[in-house]
Amino acid sequence: MADGKQGSAYAVEFKEVARTFGTGSALVRAVDRVSLSIQPGEFFAMLGPSGSGKTTCLRLIAGFELPDDGHVLLEGRDVSNVPPYERNVNTVFQDYALFPHMTVLENVAYGPRMRGVSSAERFARAREMLDLVKLRGFEDRPPAQLSGGQKQRVALARALINQPKVLLLDEPLGALDLKLREEMQIELRNLQRRLGITFVYVTHDQGEALSMADRVAVFNNGRIEQLSPARELYAKPRTPFVARFVGGANVVEGEAAQRIAGLSQSFAVRPESVQLFSTVDDVPAGLATADGTVLDVQFHGATSRWQVKLDAGDTFTATLNAGHMPRVAESPGERVRLAWERGAMVILA
Amino acid sequence: MSAPSRPATEGFLVPPTGVLRSAATFLYRRRTFYLLLLLVPPLLWLTTAYLATLLALLTQSIYSIDEFTAQIVRTPTLATYKQLLTQPANLDIVLRTLTMAVCVTLAAAFIAFPIANYMVRYASPRTKAVFYVAVLVPMWTSYLVKVYAWRLILAKEGILSWLFQAAGAQGVLDAILQIPAIGGPSLASSYIGMFIVFVYMWLPYMILPIAASLERVPGSLIQASADLGAHPGQTLRSVILPLVMPGLAAGSVFTFSLTLGDYIIPSIVGAPGYFIGMMVYQQQGTSGNIPLAAAFSVIPIVLIAIYLALVKRLGAFDAM
Repeated sequence: MADGKQGSAYAVEFKEVARTFGTGSALVRAVDRVSLSIQPGEFFAMLGPSGSGKTTCLRLIAGFELPDDGHVLLEGRDVSNVPPYERNVNTVFQDYALFPHMTVLENVAYGPRMRGVSSAERFARAREMLDLVKLRGFEDRPPAQLSGGQKQRVALARALINQPKVLLLDEPLGALDLKLREEMQIELRNLQRRLGITFVYVTHDQGEALSMADRVAVFNNGRIEQLSPARELYAKPRTPFVARFVGGANVVEGEAAQRIAGLSQSFAVRPESVQLFSTVDDVPAGLATADGTVLDVQFHGATSRWQVKLDAGDTFTATLNAGHMPRVAESPGERVRLAWERGAMVILA
Repeated sequence: MSAPSRPATEGFLVPPTGVLRSAATFLYRRRTFYLLLLLVPPLLWLTTAYLATLLALLTQSIYSIDEFTAQIVRTPTLATYKQLLTQPANLDIVLRTLTMAVCVTLAAAFIAFPIANYMVRYASPRTKAVFYVAVLVPMWTSYLVKVYAWRLILAKEGILSWLFQAAGAQGVLDAILQIPAIGGPSLASSYIGMFIVFVYMWLPYMILPIAASLERVPGSLIQASADLGAHPGQTLRSVILPLVMPGLAAGSVFTFSLTLGDYIIPSIVGAPGYFIGMMVYQQQGTSGNIPLAAAFSVIPIVLIAIYLALVKRLGAFDAM
């Protein structure tokens, strides 16, 4: 493949990619024959618990890991054995990885410097980048004198100055506090729309993935459980794992599904779809119901979360709005009746 | 749920009693006293055993010796230093020692860096442990035994020349030994041999500090450098070396000062030329010229001070 620009040039493509660590009984299939394709200009999230393979996938795109099997393609070019410094992608690291012996400006200008850009030009471009991430005035500071949010912005500027085709972000907001994280989420999303660069965003926070990404791949045990647009992932989880991990749904599997809802397949009900009544209340007709005992009630301000042990065996969570408090005492041991619309049940594979 | 009432002493707000407890509480509350208690013994040691003797040494060096009576004249004079710095033979000794120290330091750095880098970045935990042991164990062996062993290895009929012969490379060894000034009749009686022994002896002191500072360079920095388009050589120059400089500087201070002060290796291996350490040994022992011996001892101190100033100027400690 001389040019490799034939037909469907995805920004990133995985073909049956496998990466294992260790040998013998300690063998770990970090990435287990994963195939996926990411469109140019897409905001793509890789979501999953730690050890699910999402970060290894990111490192395979960056070139820090090379696949044992399968192919990694960037813009249609097979880069399976190409080192990181010959790939047109850049990474924002989880720990930011700023060079401690360089100033902010030198950090941002590092990429152009390695490509032999003259110092006048690379510093001018670095200043533009610092404007872009709103860090003008911090040029001469060493990274040690920056806050977490500022380091984050320097790392972003240092990656973007190289005009990468794909920007890889490895849990970039993990170390920031909640308020800053929410601000940065909006800012990153806007930046991505403005620049039109493909973003591949690794996170274990489902809220972050849903709020920012166009499409989300949910990873579990080195495989993709589901790859869907964010809204679809929430509304129609396909597997018990996805239903639980994204939105913390109540999942009923196997026989219990028959006993509770008369269904032959596993199903999921989201906590906010579950209503809660006392055992003497009239439950509107047409709802599926299940009786149980309150285990715990957590107050969260606008909502409260009720953990209920069903008589059928499963434990259910119901999230109730502050305005709709039931006529049941908020104490463990109370008998309650849970009810939900039949249409709120999502059938799982 | 009424618990049975307990005796008051079991409540958790009652202060504990006992001599040790109250001593601990006292120390906890008097932080300055606690610090003093910890610092006084080492400070005493440092001032009496170290600074005072150094001062005594410096004082000796500004005395002189009466050439007829061989008695020390206890009046301050710079005559001894003048003698040291104007006699060509003495200057030769200083220059010879300094050249050797610089060469040994450079060679040790070039050999130690790849070893340390392999230990820290590439070796599996098991191999790494083996490397650390291999670096440390020679330091447990007697220094004299090692020097004499090297003398045998380097001797005319020694292992090394035997190996050269067996490999059919006798000519190479002969050519090396023919190099003027640093060659000689055999490796054991040439400056090349002395250099080899010095490098061997001080290598662990270079490897360990470099490995320690490499351990503190996060792997993500090296990945970030590659990610930003730097080839491995560029990453080495722009990221790894600047961050490892403090370790390299620390290691070089060891190799440099140990070579400057050593008198055993030059007297057992190598050409007959004198080194500073040998001169100190001879002047204070055989010749009984304590002032000159003291003046010679001051030379390495001055040289190391100059060296440290240079290293600092080059920015080696900036990343500390």
